[in-house]
Amino acid sequence: MNILIKNGHIIDPANKIDEKLDILVSDGKIAKLGKPGSLAGNGARVIDAAGKIVVPGLIDMHVHLREPGFEYKETIATGTAAARAGGFTSVCSMPNTNPVNDCRSVTEFIISQAAKEAAARVFPIGAITKGSKGEELAEMGELHQAGCVAISDDGKPVMNAAIMRRAMEYSKIFDLAVISHCEDASLSAKGVMNEGFVSTELGLRGIPAAAEDVMTARDIALAGLTGCRLHIAHVSTAGSVRLIREAKQRGVKVTAETCPHYFTLTDEAARGYNTMAKMNPPLRTAEDVAAIKQGLKDGTIDVIATDHAPHGMDEKSVEFDYAPFGIVGLETALGLTFKLVQEGTLALSEAVRKLSMNPSEILKLNKGSLASGADADITIIDPNVEWTVDAAQFISKSKNTPFNGWKLKGRAVQTMVGGKI
Amino acid sequence: MSLSSKDLLGIKGMTVDEIKLILDTAATFKDVSEREIKKVPTLRGKTVINLFYEASTRTRTSFELAGKRLSADVINISPSSSSVVKGETLLDTARNIEAMKSDIIIIRHSCSGAPEFLSTRLKSSVINAGDGFHEHPTQALLDMFTIREKLGRLDNITVAIVGDIMHSRVARSNIYGLTTMGAEVRVCGPATMIPAGIEKLGARVYYDMDEAVKGADVVMMLRLQLERQAAGLFPGVREYAGLYGLNRTRLDRAEKKVVVMHPGPVNRGVEIASDVADNQSVILDQVTNGVAVRMAVMFLLSGGAKAEA
Repeated sequence: MNILIKNGHIIDPANKIDEKLDILVSDGKIAKLGKPGSLAGNGARVIDAAGKIVVPGLIDMHVHLREPGFEYKETIATGTAAARAGGFTSVCSMPNTNPVNDCRSVTEFIISQAAKEAAARVFPIGAITKGSKGEELAEMGELHQAGCVAISDDGKPVMNAAIMRRAMEYSKIFDLAVISHCEDASLSAKGVMNEGFVSTELGLRGIPAAAEDVMTARDIALAGLTGCRLHIAHVSTAGSVRLIREAKQRGVKVTAETCPHYFTLTDEAARGYNTMAKMNPPLRTAEDVAAIKQGLKDGTIDVIATDHAPHGMDEKSVEFDYAPFGIVGLETALGLTFKLVQEGTLALSEAVRKLSMNPSEILKLNKGSLASGADADITIIDPNVEWTVDAAQFISKSKNTPFNGWKLKGRAVQTMVGGKI
Repeated sequence: MSLSSKDLLGIKGMTVDEIKLILDTAATFKDVSEREIKKVPTLRGKTVINLFYEASTRTRTSFELAGKRLSADVINISPSSSSVVKGETLLDTARNIEAMKSDIIIIRHSCSGAPEFLSTRLKSSVINAGDGFHEHPTQALLDMFTIREKLGRLDNITVAIVGDIMHSRVARSNIYGLTTMGAEVRVCGPATMIPAGIEKLGARVYYDMDEAVKGADVVMMLRLQLERQAAGLFPGVREYAGLYGLNRTRLDRAEKKVVVMHPGPVNRGVEIASDVADNQSVILDQVTNGVAVRMAVMFLLSGGAKAEA
C-alpha cells in the first residue's frame, strides 16, 4: 500500500532537510521526497500534514519494558503501544528483567515477543555482567548475535573497575556501545533523593551529585584506556556534563543522554514525599538543570531518552523510602522536549536529532533518516496543539509520572512504523 | 483560639501564636499530673491509637499517659504484635484502624514522611511522634516548654544543639521552633554529622564545641547512635566524647544558669558526663513536661480551645 504525506514540514537532520516537502511511502519504505504537489500518489492513501512537522520516527534508547518478569508493570505490547502514542517508532529495552537479559535465550524471547505483539520496533540491550551482578562478563558475543544493540547493567553500576575495563575491551570485538549507569554505590548508599538542602529538610537520605560524577570520571578514564565506545546514561549532574564535555574535546569516544525530567524538574519536586519524583539518578538542583540544558545546547549531550520505568500504583503508594525508583516517560517526552524548543534552548532540528538520528548512530540502528529506501518509520507532530497530561489516559500500564496535570504544547499525532499507521 | 490543622506533623510552618497556644495550654494541663487523681474528662469517648513502628519507651508511654489522663481510650500497636509482619502496607494498616473509628493516630516511623503520608489519606488527626530524620514536633514543644519554664522566655536566648545533627529529627524540630520563637540556634557536631544546607534553616554551624557552648543559655545534647561508627561518621567513642561530650569544664564556658537538656535515652560518659546529667540537667523535667505538652496537643487537635482547658 502507498501512502502520501502531503504539505508537512519535513525535518530530517540526517539528510539536512528542513523544508516543506511531500513524502511517498511504498511497501513500508520511503519511496521519494518531493516539492509539495509534485509526487503522484497513484491511488495512495493521503495524509494531510499541513501545519505539522514530519520527522524520522523517534527512537528512545532507554526504556524498561519489564517483560519478562514484571508484566504487571508493563509488557512489550503495552510499552511499545505507549511508545507509539508518544511518537516513538523504536525503543531499546534495558536488560533488568527477570531473568536478566544476559544470554541469548532471553534476547530471543524478547525479539519473538516483539515480533508477535509490539506496536513499535524493539531493540534489546544485553547485560554487561551475568545477572547484572557486576562479577563475570555476560556472553556478549551471543547477545550480539541474538540481536542486542548495546550492553548495560542499567540500574546497577558495575562497581568493580577491572570488570568494567574488561567489558569495555571485550565489547570492541563486536563494536557494541557500553552504556553506563554512573553511580558509585558506596556514595549513594541508602540514599533516596538528591543530597542537599531539600533532603536535609525532608530528613531523607541523600545521594550526592559526586556519586554520579566519580563514576562518570572513572568510566571516561576507562574508555580512554580501552578505546571502547562509552555511552553515559541519564546524565543528571553539572559535574557529569563538564566531564563529558572535556572528554569529548580530548577525543574520547563518549556519548551521553539525559531525560526530560532532568532538564525540567529539580529536587524540590520531592517535597510532600512525592514518590512520583523518586528516580535514580535523583532530580538535582536548578544549577544542574541549567548545566544539562547547556550540555544539550552545545552538543555535549547527544540524546534525549526517557528511562521509562513503569511501576504499579501500589508500589508507589508507600513511604518514600520504600517506593521504587523510576517514572514513566514515553508519553510525555516529546511534549517536554518541545518546552526546550519553545524556550529557545534547542532548535527544533537539534531536538529531532537527539530523539532520532543520534541514538540511531550510537547504536548503529540504521534508522533516524527519511532517505529514500529507508524504513518508513515516520512521526508526524503537531507543534501547536496544547494538551494536558492525564496519567489515567496513558497507554502504558503504569501511571507513575510527576507530570500529571501539566499543560504541554506539541504532540505526536501520527506514528508510522514500517509504513503502518 | 485553636489550632488550624487537623494534624501535628511538624514544627515547620507553625506560627508564634500556635506554638504559644500549645505551650500555654500545656501549662494548664501540667497541674493535672500533680493531682492525686490524675485525670480529667476532656477526651472521654475519644479513641487514640499509638502506632509505633519504631521501638520507643519514653515517647510511647508519654503519649499513652497523656491520652489516659484526658480520659481517652488509648490502644498501643507495635510492629511485632501487628499485621506488619504479615506484609501489610502502612496505608492498609492505618485504614483498618480508622475503620474502627479512631479519632487520633499517633505514629512513630523510621521513614521520614510516613505521618504526612497518612495525614493526607485519613480523616483521623495524625500526630507525628518522630519520623526518620525529619521531625519530632512534640519533643521540640516539650523542650521549648521546659526552656520557657526555666528561663522565662524563648526569645533572645542562645541554644546550642550538639551531636549528630544529620540524623536528628529532634534537632530539626527544635531549629524550626526555636528560631520561630526568636532564639539564636547553634548546631555543633563533627562535619560528618552536619547535613547539607542546615544553615539555611537559620542555625549557625560549629565544629568546635567550646565555641558553640560559649555564652549559651541552653545546651541540648543529642544521643550518639553508636552504630554510626561503622558507617565512618566518627572514628571512635573516646574521641567523640573528647570533642563533643558535655563535661563540667566545657559547661563552665556557657552562661551561669545554663539549662542542660537531652531528649534521652542517654549514653552516659559519651555525649554527656554522668555528673552533669545527674546534677545539672533538666532531663527529668523534660520527661514530666512531655506528658503535659502531649495532653495539650491532643486536646487542641480534638477541637479544644484554650479557654476551655
